[in-house]
Amino acid sequence: MQNAISAVTRRLVILIPYGWLLFFFLIPFLIVLRISMSTTAVAMPPYTPVFDWTGGWESIRASLSQLSLDNYTWLAGDPLYFNAYISSLLIALVSTALTLLVAYPMAYGMAKAPTTIRPTLVMLVILPFWTSFLIRVYAWIGILKPEGLFNQFLLSLGLISEPLIILNTNWAIYIGIVYCYLPFMVLPLYSALEKMDHSLTEAALDLGCTPIQAFWRVTFPLSLPGVIAGCLLVFIPAVGEFVIPDLLGGSETLMIGRTLWNEFNGNRDWPVSSAVAVVLLLLLVIPIMLFQNAQARAERAEREGR
Amino acid sequence: MKSLGIFRRSFAPWADPNAKPFISFRNVTKRFGDFTAVDNLSLDIFTREFFALLGGSGCGKSTLLRMLAGFEQPTSGEITLDGQSLAGIPPYRRPVNMMFQSYALFPHMTVEKNIAFGLKQDGMPKTEIAERVAQMLKLVKLESFAGRKPHQLSGGQRQRVALARSLAKRPKVLLLDEPLGALDKKLREETQFELMDLQYELGLTFVVVTHDQEEAMTMSDRIAVMSQGRVIQVATPAEIYEAPNSRFVAEFIGDVNMMEGRVALENGHSVLKTEDGVSVPLPEPLAEGREVALAVRPEKLKVSRAAPPEGANLYAVRGEIWDIAYFGDMTVFHVKLPSGKIVKASSLNATRGVEDPFGYDEQIWVSFEPQAGVVLKG
Amino acid sequence: MVRWSRFNIASIVFGFAFLYLPIVLLVIYSFNESRLVTVWTGFSTKWYGTLLTNQALLDAAWVTLRVGLLSASASTVLGTLAALSLSRYPDFRGRVLFSGMIYAPLVMPEVITGLSMLLLFVAIGIDRGFWTVTLAHTTFTMCFVAVVVQSRLQSFDRSIEEAAMDLGATPVATFFQVTLPIILPAVLSGWVLAFTLSLDDLVIASFTSGPGATTLPMRIYSQVRLGVTPEINAICTILIGVVACGTLIAALATRRRELQRQKDERAAFAESMVRTVDPPPAAAGG
Repeated sequence: MQNAISAVTRRLVILIPYGWLLFFFLIPFLIVLRISMSTTAVAMPPYTPVFDWTGGWESIRASLSQLSLDNYTWLAGDPLYFNAYISSLLIALVSTALTLLVAYPMAYGMAKAPTTIRPTLVMLVILPFWTSFLIRVYAWIGILKPEGLFNQFLLSLGLISEPLIILNTNWAIYIGIVYCYLPFMVLPLYSALEKMDHSLTEAALDLGCTPIQAFWRVTFPLSLPGVIAGCLLVFIPAVGEFVIPDLLGGSETLMIGRTLWNEFNGNRDWPVSSAVAVVLLLLLVIPIMLFQNAQARAERAEREGR
Repeated sequence: MKSLGIFRRSFAPWADPNAKPFISFRNVTKRFGDFTAVDNLSLDIFTREFFALLGGSGCGKSTLLRMLAGFEQPTSGEITLDGQSLAGIPPYRRPVNMMFQSYALFPHMTVEKNIAFGLKQDGMPKTEIAERVAQMLKLVKLESFAGRKPHQLSGGQRQRVALARSLAKRPKVLLLDEPLGALDKKLREETQFELMDLQYELGLTFVVVTHDQEEAMTMSDRIAVMSQGRVIQVATPAEIYEAPNSRFVAEFIGDVNMMEGRVALENGHSVLKTEDGVSVPLPEPLAEGREVALAVRPEKLKVSRAAPPEGANLYAVRGEIWDIAYFGDMTVFHVKLPSGKIVKASSLNATRGVEDPFGYDEQIWVSFEPQAGVVLKG
Repeated sequence: MVRWSRFNIASIVFGFAFLYLPIVLLVIYSFNESRLVTVWTGFSTKWYGTLLTNQALLDAAWVTLRVGLLSASASTVLGTLAALSLSRYPDFRGRVLFSGMIYAPLVMPEVITGLSMLLLFVAIGIDRGFWTVTLAHTTFTMCFVAVVVQSRLQSFDRSIEEAAMDLGATPVATFFQVTLPIILPAVLSGWVLAFTLSLDDLVIASFTSGPGATTLPMRIYSQVRLGVTPEINAICTILIGVVACGTLIAALATRRRELQRQKDERAAFAESMVRTVDPPPAAAGG
């Protein structure tokens, strides 16, 4: 009797969040997949076929037979989309590399900081994350624009005579991504570096490595799990980023998140934007699986470490 | 036959064929996937007994305890408590309580609340709970710590709280998982005796899991030595030490010299022909030609300069002192026999000064009585 | 000995300057008198005054607050349940899919999540508005809650729960009397995280909201697209101030608790050292 109750409890504990995610996360994706194989229509909702459940099996079969891959062939044939995907990947790649360059020395310095101030430093890294993403992107507009603070500063130092054009270029996007995603890179790096036994470096030095060799041969390889986790955490969302390219990038900058948004809100072409989303997801499947794998490994390590 | 050990036990229900066991494992097997943690094990524990499950890590002792507590279900077999099967009874309906290795104190509750937790679950009236908690606090001498939280206590105090909490419901059986494992050596020794006194006063049945043989030997009435999910021997500490039933038990508990060879007959006595080519007298007559091992504890070996007298029916062989380990209370000599085999002989440092002590490389005699060894057939 | 070199200090200083300078500048220029955001003409708080008369903005703030409170609370319950299933039930059918659905939204581009939610609402015929935004936010924030709570459950000594059951508490009683009080800090920080994410979200809200349910980020976004204005600086400053105060209070509270805990532990240790020398005093301070 008691066992029956605990079995029911167990089932509820699992089923409630499971059911929620199935309905609000997985099913929506299936819908996206289906709509991406429909054709545009001037109606509400603006696509056909719409499944007619009332018509029974026959009508479902009929609507199934209307599904087509036309939208995908159209995507493949249109250089606009192809370029948008490529440039999204490139921008995300460059930004991830830049973020790593900024974050690594910072995380390394934090891991080497006196233990008493480390928690404060970690909090200071997380703190900007709590302020709105939009605000942080917005703050850079005022700094980067031609008459902005950065140019004023450089002009007053006499380093430049003409304002630099940074806003509405890819450089602004890089800066925005590095800035917004920096905590996601610093934290995994820091936790990998902080766990590292300091005597490992000492052992390397004792065995005749110079400090720089010791870093490249011991410290850096051991921090690789942190590097990978951080890079994935920056790269994946950066590929589909919308706000940063929209506010900081130029009108000619193509990023797929923005293209999708425009296709959907501007052209109201739901089937094509669904197809864009499906392809974007396919591009990200490998990095997402890598990320999940890393998560699962970390989880297992944590369990076994106990 | 002489009694094993130097004191008499008055409590020995296991020797009484009419006594009914209180806890009984019948052909219990527990598998986790491919791994067999407990392998077709049968075991009886009697009421008021202090019973120890002793073995290395992964031998199944903790699994056995957790099956008794109800956290694991046997794959097959049956466990009964006071004649009733425990199958299907969840942990929170069993009349046993457990003291956890990590103590598992509720970090968000005071000492008092921790002890009262089990009583509240039973819906005991408030005044009675307060009374019982006060009683338990007194029992473990923590009256002045009632309002503290676990993190405000030292390791020894936490251990007492855990004990008080598991005793508060007056369980029929108390299960203790490495109860002294987290304490330092001095405190552990003190606490051993406190636990024994407590068990005797309260008249409870204790089942304790430990990997520490000294702890098991000191505290328990009987010990079950376990290995790879099986019970190898169940006996009193003295029997386990002086009459191990197998090589495993002999080697697991204490130090031992193992002599191997074939049984032969010399002058009407059974002897063991070792690889040294020497004859070792055996404590019992055995069939000729049989391969056996004789286990002799180091303290049963005697080291002397002079050869032992002729015809004393002693095993005596010359050897060379190879290593000396000084422990304060005793000294262990590692003696190299002519065959190259090294035996250990320990001698008690019963006096403060010694006239002419032994030195390294000295040629000496090692001897022991035939009754000193135990024949291991397994 | 750990050596903190000049290079380490320099990289930290540079990093934090990079992180904080833009925000500091934004705050400073919200007090600028001039309408031109980048030219300092004098101190003024007038832009804050004009905010109070901007009804559209106040409405948006009210919507955002309600969405945040509701979705954070719902997602905390759902996320905690999800964390419990993942860490307490190591094997049930579809566990892989389940954990995939927990981790995927953490890195999923918001445009995809937003689009798919919208298409769901259209497919089942719900009018978009306040409730659809709340549902969407509950869904994506519950995964963050689940991850936060799960990491706490992972480091949790399981024998504490077993002890409770051993003492007669049913699984449900064990959860409410033992597990929940212990993981409560993680649950609360999960709630705060969910609330913040909800306040912050622009993309998913834009997809799933309808007329009359414009959130603050949507309102700010539509103004930002028109250019930098001191009013936006002022709103941002207020939002930053609220977040900074909240974080500061939370950090101070945690720190005080931690300090007290350390002090207690030291005291208990010192006491046990004394006790090994002397017999325990008859009535030591409680």
